[in-house]
Amino acid sequence: MKKLISALALMVMFAASGPALAVNPDEVLKDPKLEQRARDLSLEIRCVVCQNQSIDDSNADLAKDLRLLVRERLQAGDSDKQVLDYLVDRYGEFVLLKPRIASHTLLLWIGGPLVLLIGGFVIFRNIRKQRSLGPDKEKSGPIPLSDAEKKELEELLKDE
Amino acid sequence: MIVEFGHFALVLALVASLIQSVFPVWGAVRGDSRMMAMASPLAIAMFLLVLLSFFCLTWAYLTSDFSVMNVFQNSHTDKPLIFKISGVWGNHEGSILLWVLILVLFGALVAMFSKNIPNALKATALSAQAWVSAAFLAFVIFTSNPFLRINQPPLQGSDLNPMLQDIGLAIHPPLLYVGYVGFSIVFAFAVAALILGRIDAAWARWVRPWVLVSWIFLTLGIAMGSYWAYYELGWGGWWFWDPVENASFMPWLTGTALLHTAIVMEKRNALKVWTVFLAIVTFSLSLLGTFLVRSGVLTSVHAFAVDPTRGLYILTILMVFIGGSFSLFAWRAPLLKQGGIFAPVSREGALVLNNLFLTTATAIVMFGTLYPLVLEAATGTKISVGAPFFNLTFGPLMMPVLLVMPFGQLLAWKRGDLWAVTQRLVAAFVLCVIATIGLAWFYAGSGVLVIIGFGFATWAIIGSVFEIIDRMNIRRVGLAGGFNRLKGMPRTVWSTALGHLGVGLTALGIVTVSAFESETVLVMHPGDTVEKSGYHVTYDGSWDQRGPNYVERVARYTMRDGGNVVRVLEPSKRVYNASGTPMTETAIATFGFSQVYFAIGDNTDDGGLVTRLYMKPLITLIWIGCLIMSLGGFIALTDRRLRVGAPKPARKSNRHSQPAPAE
Repeated sequence: MKKLISALALMVMFAASGPALAVNPDEVLKDPKLEQRARDLSLEIRCVVCQNQSIDDSNADLAKDLRLLVRERLQAGDSDKQVLDYLVDRYGEFVLLKPRIASHTLLLWIGGPLVLLIGGFVIFRNIRKQRSLGPDKEKSGPIPLSDAEKKELEELLKDE
Repeated sequence: MIVEFGHFALVLALVASLIQSVFPVWGAVRGDSRMMAMASPLAIAMFLLVLLSFFCLTWAYLTSDFSVMNVFQNSHTDKPLIFKISGVWGNHEGSILLWVLILVLFGALVAMFSKNIPNALKATALSAQAWVSAAFLAFVIFTSNPFLRINQPPLQGSDLNPMLQDIGLAIHPPLLYVGYVGFSIVFAFAVAALILGRIDAAWARWVRPWVLVSWIFLTLGIAMGSYWAYYELGWGGWWFWDPVENASFMPWLTGTALLHTAIVMEKRNALKVWTVFLAIVTFSLSLLGTFLVRSGVLTSVHAFAVDPTRGLYILTILMVFIGGSFSLFAWRAPLLKQGGIFAPVSREGALVLNNLFLTTATAIVMFGTLYPLVLEAATGTKISVGAPFFNLTFGPLMMPVLLVMPFGQLLAWKRGDLWAVTQRLVAAFVLCVIATIGLAWFYAGSGVLVIIGFGFATWAIIGSVFEIIDRMNIRRVGLAGGFNRLKGMPRTVWSTALGHLGVGLTALGIVTVSAFESETVLVMHPGDTVEKSGYHVTYDGSWDQRGPNYVERVARYTMRDGGNVVRVLEPSKRVYNASGTPMTETAIATFGFSQVYFAIGDNTDDGGLVTRLYMKPLITLIWIGCLIMSLGGFIALTDRRLRVGAPKPARKSNRHSQPAPAE
């Protein structure tokens, strides 16, 4: 029985060819410059059926189709932008791993810089405030003891 | 029967946590020492109960008790022993149970080792932590019970996801969880400080060991996860900016910031409100991470089960805790007195800058992770935010961090002299330029980005150890004197240097592998040889063999350098019997800090095999850097002043203690 399972498994494995890995030798373009552009572009294109993988990394059939498509468009003389436009037309914005700056992605792009600016401003204001207090006026100091602690201290001192 | 014991112990733990949630904090507010005294025994009892429960589940796995649903779904009699054990947390229910186990473990540790902490603070903190425990225990019992039985027990289980059948599963989740959950203690102390309305340098001293422990484990857990993904997923990536990774990275970033502000607070009694804020944020991000991973909002290898009620429950926990703690913060933080002041150019100032960048970095990761989810929920528009976005936005932000690090180490507290520090760092800068030119020459890289990357990484590396060399001052006191000084150096100097050295090494690994990794993809027939980065790789052939619960096709490659065989590698492709899932097992040859990575693809009709070879220069530095960072954290933890149970009165020694160098 086990043998049968193994045999079946092997059949499945080599017939359905298991997990094919990313870019296969037969896909590679002859022109190394064009191939490099294809690889660079592939990194920015999402394999839309996968979990957060670029078509360069993915072994899904769709990713392979997209890789071939990218190469086809490049060979037809498209610019990088034209290739991406073409894919966005067909698959929607979801296909881009780096969203384009637009009204609905604005917050995504400026969110980080905004935090930096606000944080910087808060720090700047605090420095000014400290300056106006004068550098040597430490306003800190030990926190006064609570009543319970004072009592405890007295008890301790009494024992001495 | 044992399984029912486990279930029962879990319910008892919930009851204990509910009592713990109320009485100690009540006692602290009312000044009732009897109620406060309940905290420690209850914390220990909760831990023992959850531990018992965890052992019971492990027992069910070890004995392959398929009448338990959880075991049936995730185990198999043929599964090797280690995976039977690690399989306990290789599923949703078990992993949440592990989460809770670590949570109550931390509570018990605080109960046992914090003798010097004022009773009120300790009791309140343990109560605050018990709120989290109660919420998650209820979550386990009511929505994710691992002890459910099946009426008609099947004879065989359906096996664990093959991707998880790896030693990585035994190590990665426990490390990560200790990190995540450890911050709950810090959170609890912050909440306690807010409730009691008092916070001072002593608070930072009590809390810092817990920050350190959590941070060390989180660092190790993330690094381990990264290495696991690297060798398991089969295309040699080591960080994917996957939402699940981001979920663990965000608390790491704020935890790192917290680690630094806690030092400022302990030494200078400054930045108190900000430290409390970071403590709350860090644990909130841990909770957010748990939500993202466990709710099924994201589907990935980590999301074991998708069940909307669970997602809703965790979302509720998340909102209650985050909303509650921030409201408490807004209400009570103004009561906390601001502490010592400092000039903008000072060590505190450098740490404030570090915090600004780390916080921004966290915000970027958070925007990138949550924005697509929120946008889709709000407008239905689907967008993707992946590696290209993060590389573009996160990368540049790390440059000022690396740049400032060596300055921060040398600047004095309170008021520093930037010009004097710059003068001291001239030598480091010269070394950095030489190292950058050397690296660029060695790797034949000339791009601007490569030079910038090498420059910042070597600056961080050299700058990190520069303080030690500077303090040895061999020129003035001679070699022997220098070594004496080395021995007398405070541990904080070592821990800072190692922590920063680790960051620099990781950065160097990232820069080098990103710029110079090379890939060769080709079809090889038995006997074929290909040249890869100076090595000759021969494909010897392939064969089929059977493992304990899988069958595999193994390919053998021989690597030669000149005529000598240097490595024999056997990557394989597996199919797991129970699930029929195919997996790729890669093979890796390590040379120095670099690795050659082998993965095999399909067989071609004419007997060839698709072979993928990657040269990954200096890639191991990425993880070695993380190990060194953790080591730095560990040394900081062994500092006498922080040792758990300290501070004891200093021993009165007769020998003249040398005046410690100013810190």
